[in-house]
Amino acid sequence: MSSGWSLFVIIITIANIVACLWLIMWTTKKRKDGSQMGETTGHIWDDNLQEYNNPLPRWWLWLFIITIIFSLVYLYYYPGLGNYSGSGEWSQADQYEQEMQQAREKYGPIFAAYAQKPVPDLIKDKKAMASGHRLYLNHCATCHGSDAGGSPGFPNLTDNDWLYGGSPEMIKTSISQGRQGMMPPMGAGLNDEQLDDMTAYVLSLSGRADAASIGRIEEGKKQYRILCVGCHGIQGEGNSAAGFPRLSDDVWLYGGSPGAIKESIKQGRSGNMPAHAEFLDQEKIHLLAAYIYSLSNE
Amino acid sequence: MQAQSLYNDKVVKQFAIMTVVWGFVGILVGVIIAAQLVWPQLNFDLPWFTFSRLRPLHTNAVIFAFGGSALFATSYYVVQRTCQVRLISDSLAAFTFWGWNLVIVLAAITLPLGITTSKEYAELEWPIDILITLVWVSYAAVFFGTIVRRKVKHIYVANWFFGAFILTVAVLHVVNSAALPVSALKSYSVYAGTIDAMVQWWYGHNAVGFFLTAGFLGMMYYFIPKQVNRPIYSYRLSVVHFWALISLYMWAGPHHLQYTALPDWGQSLGMVFSIMLLAPSWGGMINGIMTLSGAWHKLRSDPVLKFMIVSLSFYGMSTFEGPMMSIKTVNALSHFTDWTIGHVHSGALGWVGFITMGCIYFLIPKLFGRERMYSDKLIDLHLWIATVGIVLYIVSMWIAGVMQGLMWREVNPDGTLAYSFVQSMEAMYPYYTVRFIGGVLYLIGMLIMMYNVYKTISGAKPASAIQPQAA
Repeated sequence: MSSGWSLFVIIITIANIVACLWLIMWTTKKRKDGSQMGETTGHIWDDNLQEYNNPLPRWWLWLFIITIIFSLVYLYYYPGLGNYSGSGEWSQADQYEQEMQQAREKYGPIFAAYAQKPVPDLIKDKKAMASGHRLYLNHCATCHGSDAGGSPGFPNLTDNDWLYGGSPEMIKTSISQGRQGMMPPMGAGLNDEQLDDMTAYVLSLSGRADAASIGRIEEGKKQYRILCVGCHGIQGEGNSAAGFPRLSDDVWLYGGSPGAIKESIKQGRSGNMPAHAEFLDQEKIHLLAAYIYSLSNE
Repeated sequence: MQAQSLYNDKVVKQFAIMTVVWGFVGILVGVIIAAQLVWPQLNFDLPWFTFSRLRPLHTNAVIFAFGGSALFATSYYVVQRTCQVRLISDSLAAFTFWGWNLVIVLAAITLPLGITTSKEYAELEWPIDILITLVWVSYAAVFFGTIVRRKVKHIYVANWFFGAFILTVAVLHVVNSAALPVSALKSYSVYAGTIDAMVQWWYGHNAVGFFLTAGFLGMMYYFIPKQVNRPIYSYRLSVVHFWALISLYMWAGPHHLQYTALPDWGQSLGMVFSIMLLAPSWGGMINGIMTLSGAWHKLRSDPVLKFMIVSLSFYGMSTFEGPMMSIKTVNALSHFTDWTIGHVHSGALGWVGFITMGCIYFLIPKLFGRERMYSDKLIDLHLWIATVGIVLYIVSMWIAGVMQGLMWREVNPDGTLAYSFVQSMEAMYPYYTVRFIGGVLYLIGMLIMMYNVYKTISGAKPASAIQPQAA
């Protein structure tokens, strides 16, 4: 904030508070005509509306004055008056850093010890896995589910089928850097007939060929060889190095019904696993990866 | 009686009736979404019927349709009588009625369709915002024009509050809704990031401070002394608490953004000005309640007065709670929890709802030329059912909120969070159920009111011949 704005903030803040004090003094000071309890101001509205001019209740007055004094003291100690940082030199960023530092000192050693153990050993440590489970519930369960079973668009973490690889290292990379899965929409260049053909062919890759649709499968295959093969491979084997899903098994991120598959081809799909390195340190990511690894490697 | 025909009461009648109608609708939507939080199946997998679409409909309906209609009705009624002059323009007044109701209908259509700016309490898209602006400018013209033509020298305190409310809401609406349209039904805020959040909560909290507080204090200052037939307790107190209230409220918005990207100084100012607001807020409560001193016995026999006094009690309670929740340390626990929802509803159901109901019970017989409401017993029944409803609502939300806050910060010996979010949701079932029951009771109260109002208007014989028939 520029010093001009800072001054502006200070002036209107103080002015408003001083104005309140002045208001209190002005209304409490004794007048010459000195209206007493139970006297009205003499104005009458709408036949019978009148006002007494009773003095302000003492306790109320003191309440007001005390809150004003509190506020002035607060604004002396804490930041509030423009750029003035307060005599206490408090800031919320410092408070955050201090609390985080305390937490690191207190809990850091626990996770540092876990980080020493390689993942395949760590998963045998019951206490570690209990900690990992709690991390999972707060950081992962919203999308992947409390039981890690996933839901449409959010991978199942318990089935030992991995879009980006299931080694401890790959899991760690997925957690810390996140993943972006992007299937481009193909609908623009295809008519409904062609979409059905491709759907039939994709179904056939996982052994779900329908005798009645042999013709469709042949047509679909031609399209597949042009549009899909680059990512999903000749046999639909996918590519876990790049996160391209295998189409030849029965694991379907967005649903494996003919309708869902057709929708995927037509509209494309977009998945986003957020990067967690910003708010989880490497020790915790190690433990979390171990927990997730344990779900399909026990 | 001659004075009666002097005033434009047609528009007051229209708004008074719509207050009851929209009140029922808004509260009904609230009860539906409260039920959806207990039984999510009630979404019925219909996009327009989900919590996310209905919640803004609920808030808009109760604040702007119910509260707004009540404010229009009472301010038009009060300004004419305290100025001893008719509204300056019947056609402009009629435009505010039809325009405002058109806004409400458009809100009821667009919000469930998902057409929204996503700014809380300002969800309506830009074409509707423009309509609101037109209606509001007309409202200001009618109100202040009438004040200018007054035949009484002094401006009555109720009109200070109505005036402050009308002026400030105009500024708030225009500034916060400033947006760049990209199509007929979509626009983007002209502010970005933290500034957008700050402008939003400057608007949001002043919507509470001016729409739901100053305006309703205006009602209080007319209808309580009228109903008790005694003078307002202290003119001096009116002066101090009016000026202190309207100047300090302006700063309170940032307390909605404690521990966020908002710079520290803004957060501190939001907090201290909220704390200084306590006494000025209570000033209104004292002035209202002390007006009864020497006439306390009236509380026993007058159910309308009970509504008004109970409303002031809730006003006092929630204006103590608000400053407390703005304190950073308290806010760190209460923010994002249902405590906030409980706080808002002790103000909304208790203060805004009850003072409105009291005023409507006062107005209906007068406007329609009846001696009194059809049944005092039903008013009393309404009061008790609704009060129990409010207590169930806010107590369950207090417990729910504090519990959520504590569960979210609880850590295990290894520093990991003890509860996942969904576990804290699971723990809410009993409290959400009690809240739902509280809401149902409040809705039943509203139904009783509708019946009573209907019987009053249709049943009894008109008491005067000057107002021939309900127009």
